[in-house]
Parts: sequence; structure tokens; C-alpha cells
Amino acid sequence: MDNRQPIIKLSGINFSYSANPSILNNLDFIFYNKDRVGFIAPNGSGKTTLFHLIMGLLRPDSGTIEIFGKIMKTEKDFVEIRHRIGLLFQDADDQLFCPTVLEDVAFGPLNMGKSKKEAIDISRRTLNFLGLSDFENRITFKLSGGEKKLVSLATILSMEPEILLLDEPLTGLDTKTQSTIVDVLSKMNMSYMIISHDIEFLKATTNRICSMKHGKILVDDEIYVHRHDHAHTLGNVPHKH
Amino acid sequence: MIDEPFADATSILQRIDPRVKIVAATAYSFTTALCYAFPTLIFSLAISVGIICIAGVNLWQVLKRLAIVNAFIFFLWIMLPLTYGGKAIYAVGPVKLYLPGIILAARITLKSNAILLVLIGLVATMSSATLGHALNRLKMPEKLVFLLLLTYRYIFVIQQEYQKIIRSIKIRGFTPKTNLHTYKTFAYVVGMLLIRAAERADRVYNAMRCRGFKGKYNSLSDFQINIQSLIFISIMTGLTIGMIFLEISYHG
Repeated sequence: MDNRQPIIKLSGINFSYSANPSILNNLDFIFYNKDRVGFIAPNGSGKTTLFHLIMGLLRPDSGTIEIFGKIMKTEKDFVEIRHRIGLLFQDADDQLFCPTVLEDVAFGPLNMGKSKKEAIDISRRTLNFLGLSDFENRITFKLSGGEKKLVSLATILSMEPEILLLDEPLTGLDTKTQSTIVDVLSKMNMSYMIISHDIEFLKATTNRICSMKHGKILVDDEIYVHRHDHAHTLGNVPHKH
Repeated sequence: MIDEPFADATSILQRIDPRVKIVAATAYSFTTALCYAFPTLIFSLAISVGIICIAGVNLWQVLKRLAIVNAFIFFLWIMLPLTYGGKAIYAVGPVKLYLPGIILAARITLKSNAILLVLIGLVATMSSATLGHALNRLKMPEKLVFLLLLTYRYIFVIQQEYQKIIRSIKIRGFTPKTNLHTYKTFAYVVGMLLIRAAERADRVYNAMRCRGFKGKYNSLSDFQINIQSLIFISIMTGLTIGMIFLEISYHG
């Protein structure tokens, strides 16, 4: 398969929450197979909205959304692609709603029509992969913030999606859980988009970083070699950055 | 905070299929509620006490629960004997004690304690999750099962949000007083809590849709009717039929 095959294509997307100024303004964006895109932009610039449009949770006022070569129009179209694209929500409490961890991770596979045994198997494998093998019977609301985030990631990965959309996956996590997430992302051979305010994290996990302004995506594909003048203590000693 | 003080009880009853326990507790409670004869009601209370004894629950917790219900029943003991009418057995001036009122209060006391005890022994010893799944298997409408499970899951989140709001008004020096500012603040707190709960519900539903939710809940639990369940349901059926016979024979 051609590595540069477009799999998500947004063209001329306009969107506004009722009676408010428009959030997305004639936005165009192409996401390719094996792409790893980071979004870094101020709050309220429409990053989360963009993810919700791709999942079909919101509908654009105008413009077309094409996913896996198909123009998305009805809820039914989106129901099909939701199995193939996994969205990790900002707040893990939104994602985890079952009483126990295993049930929550198995929820997606069961909805996809897998048998109970298959669903349990795949859930255990996913939890294992994330280093959460003894979490099965833990009660979801009694987990810590970091544990909740990792379990939410498990609930998405258990559906074996082709694309991940991660909405601020590091927010509120300690450095240990943050590095677990970075490890997991680099271990998987997947296409994904990440929203984050952490430029170092995006540099480590993505191959291009976009910003958003005036309801449009600013794509910067090129890498510029550049120099900064800067000041810090011990600057006269030979050193590296 | 919803706590489940009885759910971690360990006893022989935990090995019985939850569905069987729910069916037995329901049939038994209805029978108790519909009986009138005192021998039947006392027999019923004895069975309940027996169930509580083998349920392995913390008896102190049980007594605390009983105390709450019996506090309400205490008011019936004040109201009914004085107001029910019929044959008076004692009179001080205009105040009369009516026998039928006393009998009715006694019946209510026996019935409610018997039903409460059996529900604690058989139903409260399951976690809410088990209860939800068992009801699902018993063909309880899916929406109601969902309501139960999601309430159980999100009541804590809503409580946390409530505490966040309360904390944020406290750190800005709010102390409740009897004035309009206080009422307005409380109205804001309740309003904000409702809005946050509604928005949370939207987001949870969206997250569920993203994971392929189409309105059908697939439960992972497998319940099995084992030998203990069969023995248990036979005993409970026998006792319930015994109660009915006792009731009929009393009425002659």
C-alpha cells in the first residue's frame, strides 16, 4: 500500500456552535496513512471540535468529510468508521462508564459483535500490553487519574482501530504515566493525531506538527534549520542543546 | 456517597446464582406483604432473621439500617392507635387508644422488618453491578438496568463536582447566612450541578457512541444455576408455600 494514501480528507469545513462566531472556517486538511500528526494551538481554536467532526459526533455546517475513500453523510456512515477510528477523550471519566475495568475494555469489542470469549481475550491482551494485567476487576471510579487514563486508552485499543485520535492525552498525568503513554505510542505501528500543549511530547511522538488559527489548520511540512541567540548561565562553557 | 456495606459479605449465599436470590426475595417479600395473620408474619420474620444470620453480614450495620426504618414506624405507633377508630381499649379524657390501630401498627412493623431483613440478606449482599446484570438476565427492561448501572457509576463523579463547586465558593469566603445572597449562591450551585451533569451525560453518551454503542448492553457476566442455587430455591419455595398455608389455615 502506498504510504502516502490519504485516509481522512476534510475540505471546506465550516462549523460554529449555534449563535457563536464560527470555530472552523473553510478548513482543509488531509491525513495520510501512517501519518502521525500533532496539533498545538491555543484553547478554543477548534482542535477538539475537529476530532468530534471526524467521529461524526458533530456535523459541519458545510463542507465534506471523506474517510477511507468514502464521503461521510449520515449517522450510519459514521457508525461504520467509529470501529476503525478510536477517540480518546480529554476526561477519562467520560470514557469509563462500566463498573469494572474488564467490562469497560470489553464494551467496544462486544458492540462490534465479538463473542464474550473473544471480547474477554482481546481485553486481557490489551490490558497486558499496557501493563495493566491485574486491573481486570478493579472498580473504574476508584482508579487514580493516571490509571483511568491508561484504562481509557485500553478501551480504545481493544477495538483494534486503524487510526487514533488522542485529545490531550497527557493532561493531568504524572511523569511516569506520561512516559508510559509515549512508550505505548512508539511501540504501536499506527496512524494517529494528537492534540497537546506539550511541544516536546509532540516532537517525540509525531512526524509533523500543525497549528490552528482563524478556524484553519496551518500545515508546516518542512523542517527549517535555524539558529537562536539565547542566554543562560555557564553559556561560555562549550555545551550542546 | 453510596457505599455497599454488605456486598463484601462472604457466606454460602454468595455461591447462589444472583437471579435466584432476586426471584426468591421478591416472591417472599410479596407473600409477606399480602399476609395478615400474626402467626404467618412471625414465621416470616423468623425466616428473615435466619437468612440474615447465614448471610455473614455485619450485624451492627444491619441494626443501623433497621433503626432508620423503625424510626418511621415509630411515628405510626403514635399515630395509628390514637386515630384509627373502632374499639377503644383505653381512654384518658378525650384521648382514646384504639385496638385495631395497635394491631395494624404491629402488622406493619412485622412486615417491614421481615422484608427489609430478607432484602439485606439476599439482595444487598450483591454489588450494584451484579444486581444490574442479574436484573438484565431476568428480562428487566434494558433502559432501567442502564439507569441503575450508570447512576451507580456517575453518582460519585457528580458528588466530586458538587464538592469542587462547594470548595470554590468556600475559598472565596462564602459562609451561609439567612439572606438573599446565600439563597442565590445555593441556587447557582444547584443550577451549575445540573448543567454539569447534563454536559457530562452528553460526553459520556458520545464516548459510548464512539465505541460502537447502539443501545444494546452486552453483559459479560455469566450466571450459572448450580446445585446450591437449586437447594436454596427449593427451601425458599417450601417456606413461602408454608407461609401461604399458614395464612389460609388461620383464616379457616
